[in-house]
Amino acid sequence: MWLLACGESPNSHQSAASIDNINYPIESGGALINAMTGEPSGLISMIAGESASSAISSNIFNSLLKYDKNLELEGDLVTNWQISADQKTIIFKLKPNLKWADNQPLTSADVLFTWQAVTDEKTASPYASDFQLVKKAETPDPLTFSVTYNQAYAPALDSWASLQILPKHLLQGKNLHTTAFVRNPVGSHYYKLDSWAHGENLKLSRNANSVLGQAKIDKLITRIIPDNSAQFLELMADNIDLMGLDPIKYSRIIPAHPELQQKLALYKELGNSYTYMGFNLKHKPFDDIRVRHAINYAIDKQEIIDGVYLGLGINIASPYKPGTRWSNPELTPYPYNPAKAKALLKQAGFVDTDGDGIVEQDGKPFAFEIVTNQNKEREKSAVLIQRRLKDVGIDVKIRAIEWASFISRFIKTGDFDVVVLGWGLGLDPDQYNIWHSSQQAPGQFNFIGYNNPTIDKLLEQGRLELNPDKRMKIYHEFARVLLEDSPIVYLSAGYGLTAINKRVKGIDDPAPPAGIGHNSHDWYIPTPLRRNEISAN
Amino acid sequence: MNRSVFIKALSNPLALAGFVIIVLVFLLSIFSPFIAPYDPNDINVKSILLEPSMQHWMGTDGLGRDVLSRMLHGGRISLLVGLVAVGISTAIGIVLGAIAGFYRGWIDTFIMRLVDVMLSIPSFFLILAVIAFLTPSIINIMIVIGLTSWMGVTRLVRAEFLSLNEREFVTASRTLGARDARLIFTHLLPNSLTPIIVSAVLGVAGAVLMESGLSFLGLGVQAPQASWGNILTDGKEYIQFAWWLSLFPGLAILITVLGYNLLGEGLRDALDPRSGNDN
Amino acid sequence: MLKYLIKRVLWMIPMLIGISLISFFIMHLAPGDITSNEAAFNPKASEESRQKLREMYNLDKPVIVQYGLWLKRMVTLDFGKSFASHQKPVFWQTADNDGNVTKGLIQEALPITLMINLLGLAITLILAIPLGIIAARKYLGWQDRSITLFNFIGFSIPGFWLSLLLMYWLGVVNNWFPISGLHSLNYESLDSWGKLKDSLSHLFLPVVIPSITGLAGITLFVKNGMLDVLQQDYITTARAKGLNKHKVVYTHALRNALLPLITIIGLSIPGLIGGSVIAETIFAIPGMGKLFYDAVLMRDFPVVMGILTIGSALTLVGNLLADVAYAWADPRVRRGVARD
Repeated sequence: MWLLACGESPNSHQSAASIDNINYPIESGGALINAMTGEPSGLISMIAGESASSAISSNIFNSLLKYDKNLELEGDLVTNWQISADQKTIIFKLKPNLKWADNQPLTSADVLFTWQAVTDEKTASPYASDFQLVKKAETPDPLTFSVTYNQAYAPALDSWASLQILPKHLLQGKNLHTTAFVRNPVGSHYYKLDSWAHGENLKLSRNANSVLGQAKIDKLITRIIPDNSAQFLELMADNIDLMGLDPIKYSRIIPAHPELQQKLALYKELGNSYTYMGFNLKHKPFDDIRVRHAINYAIDKQEIIDGVYLGLGINIASPYKPGTRWSNPELTPYPYNPAKAKALLKQAGFVDTDGDGIVEQDGKPFAFEIVTNQNKEREKSAVLIQRRLKDVGIDVKIRAIEWASFISRFIKTGDFDVVVLGWGLGLDPDQYNIWHSSQQAPGQFNFIGYNNPTIDKLLEQGRLELNPDKRMKIYHEFARVLLEDSPIVYLSAGYGLTAINKRVKGIDDPAPPAGIGHNSHDWYIPTPLRRNEISAN
Repeated sequence: MNRSVFIKALSNPLALAGFVIIVLVFLLSIFSPFIAPYDPNDINVKSILLEPSMQHWMGTDGLGRDVLSRMLHGGRISLLVGLVAVGISTAIGIVLGAIAGFYRGWIDTFIMRLVDVMLSIPSFFLILAVIAFLTPSIINIMIVIGLTSWMGVTRLVRAEFLSLNEREFVTASRTLGARDARLIFTHLLPNSLTPIIVSAVLGVAGAVLMESGLSFLGLGVQAPQASWGNILTDGKEYIQFAWWLSLFPGLAILITVLGYNLLGEGLRDALDPRSGNDN
Repeated sequence: MLKYLIKRVLWMIPMLIGISLISFFIMHLAPGDITSNEAAFNPKASEESRQKLREMYNLDKPVIVQYGLWLKRMVTLDFGKSFASHQKPVFWQTADNDGNVTKGLIQEALPITLMINLLGLAITLILAIPLGIIAARKYLGWQDRSITLFNFIGFSIPGFWLSLLLMYWLGVVNNWFPISGLHSLNYESLDSWGKLKDSLSHLFLPVVIPSITGLAGITLFVKNGMLDVLQQDYITTARAKGLNKHKVVYTHALRNALLPLITIIGLSIPGLIGGSVIAETIFAIPGMGKLFYDAVLMRDFPVVMGILTIGSALTLVGNLLADVAYAWADPRVRRGVARD
């Protein structure tokens, strides 16, 4: 697969700069320098779990399955997989002659070990629940791994795409929380960890035993730079090669500065999450669907996209990535219609009786607080919502809180009226944990208290159906009912924006659904464009 | 005494400059609702990040809000935070310092050890913990800055009291049987007032700076409410390009803090018997 | 003197317990624990696993019991292991059965912060002492005024703003200094001279900027100390005796004026070991300030407690040493203390 991509033209970006027009030959070598704001806690992702950790560990470890550029599942460590007729058993066939970076063979025993580790009580992996549903896991031969569930479990394949396979010969009998492996991992993917200077950088180099062939770029260096402004300065000074951008830098600052445009190529890909405004459905008057509809109509979502994302976002009407199989193309967002919003509020008994511009119900003014965590996009969205809701007579206050306090004081206790938050646009459509009425206990994810028997039933059906087409119909219906019921207001899904130094070639533009990173092993840096100091290293 | 010290201080050109700055900033803040050309929270997604122009003297920010109007209203908040926080810390400092300096003995030891303890816990940790507990709001930020910066005043007041205690007029009143409260309020406190005022003036400078530092960490005054600290923090991302977003709040903080420092230092100099002709 | 010392040292024990108690309760007053981090807000992550984690770290027990457990470990000077970074030791390195050594968090961060702050303090002193002397000698003259103005401008600039401006000017526009970090990526391959040069150039901005902002305080201190001493009887006498003016200033006045600096340096110890969150964040320096700040945000209790305890212990010791040094240097105080 990586060979195919090599034939693509290196860069279709248009600019006056000369390096854009030269067709550099594809060659191996060089170093790519990256930056991130937080340091990984460790590199065993089944217990670390934060994005900084998986950003690194996904270069080191493989899973059984992975998503291709169009977000369809394909084999990573496996050549193929079969699902039994009763849909309860999945049989994975591993690729032959797989090896760990230390030359030891990678077999089904490693997969079994990984499954045992993730489900082990002592590991306390936050992601254990998907794997605890496996009733039986077997390794009939070194290339075969099979799992049997009590009943068909459709999200299973996605879960096997997220579980990174660990080497049994290095970890057996070790405590995953304390083992030195966490900071000195041995994997099977394109890269291996060379060094980790705490708080400074992580250096990866090519793994000669990589199970998927060889990546082009020799070294991946990730520097830890906590402050975004400092990161951008480093990008400008050519000390790092790529960085995620905010919309202002992407659409205003870089295009307006030729010296930056000459150096940086900009990429835009649909992000992996959406922002929403969620009602506490256990609190009055949010239990009234007319009120929820009124607020939905009163919010100008396009204004949020223009104001918060400078147009670099899209409206969504279902909790799935637009353009993928699970997203229902027939659904459209609630339009901005303040007149309708006012009418609906009136129906629900909210009228401005005392002429202060705020509507009242039984003499009580309609006022609430939007709680959000300290996130610029969410805060800005809340400010825009505040203004629009004031237009229809609702008095809104905003409170932004540090994350840990936010979670424990508001979300866990259910002590909020309205939140502005984000959810991931999952690649698997199952969202049982978020919307099913059984998931409302403190610490669970249906904290808005959503309870709709139709939705419950659809979510249950969706988990049992492994046929993608039948499954798609279930989730299209699920998204339709959800939109109609409006327990949350979809605000927007922003694009992921990245600037990459033009020395890096071979990047897909425009980005496929999976994003530009899907073929990062095929990116290459032509010799004349490399940094001297690093190659001397 | 206060008055003459004040006049003497203003004969120092730096202190005078500081005083003028403070008065100007004060007037601008008080009258900001009348001076500000726009509503500071008026969003206009059509005029995002405009450079300074005749319509918007200080340009517009990422949501199309007028930076000048936000600066004026934010200045109000920043100063309010500074003044109230210092009010709180000074009040605590006076009470504890007076008790320690007047009664001495074990209570003095206890209070001074408490001061030591508070000084050895990083104030940022206290602030962070308390703000996380109380959630950031303007009032909480004032309280927190106040609660974590009273130690200096306490030491100062105690020292003043200790030295005044030995002075003749105090020992005289004491032998005449004056009550503690009377002694404290009529003799000791008025005579230590000037150094307290000086430390309060310097304290305002510190509190304004602290608010901007807290904003950098996301713990300052919260959006959408403007403060100089959070305008500057928002602007720091674009320091080289949308320069107006960080230059104006940066300068405003610099000038205001400088003003308080110069005046405070001028007052301290004037208090000092070494200065002036009456040496 | 000895009695005084013993008294002071004994006082430190209740104070340390007091500090740890206050810190412990403040920390637990703040909502949330290690399981309420960003990663835990993933629908794939179950509440049961978070509960298991809480049990693993004893977070399900009452605060007072947790404090007891912590205190019990502290008796053997065991600072415990971090929750948030896979049980890295909080204080000092440990080795597992296979001989893999894991360095302690404070062990890694403290030398960095100390080095930066000591360099910064040295620069501040080198600049502040002459400035203070000039200001005192030309008291109320234009030199005094310009020094005051310059110092206060440095003091009044929001530090992170100045840092970013200088990073842009010295690091991007002119490629004179590295922008952030402690080492270049090719540091390991440099010779020792290259390593030194590389480290110094990385340290330039993070050391110089805080020195500028800290200049005002120390300069004023030196200036006031000088003014005090210059007016004292023995200086006047010395002058009257016809001693050389310079000699008077530099031998008599300066020595006495610098004495109180010992106290100031003692008082600045919490800052020296605490580091600055803001500066360390901007310059990407893995020092104590950043470590502490992250630990608080992650609710990584053992790290928070470890830093607070070590920090306050060092502070108390520092204060004591400063007092003792002061007493030793100044015979008047020494006699006073001895009588105490």
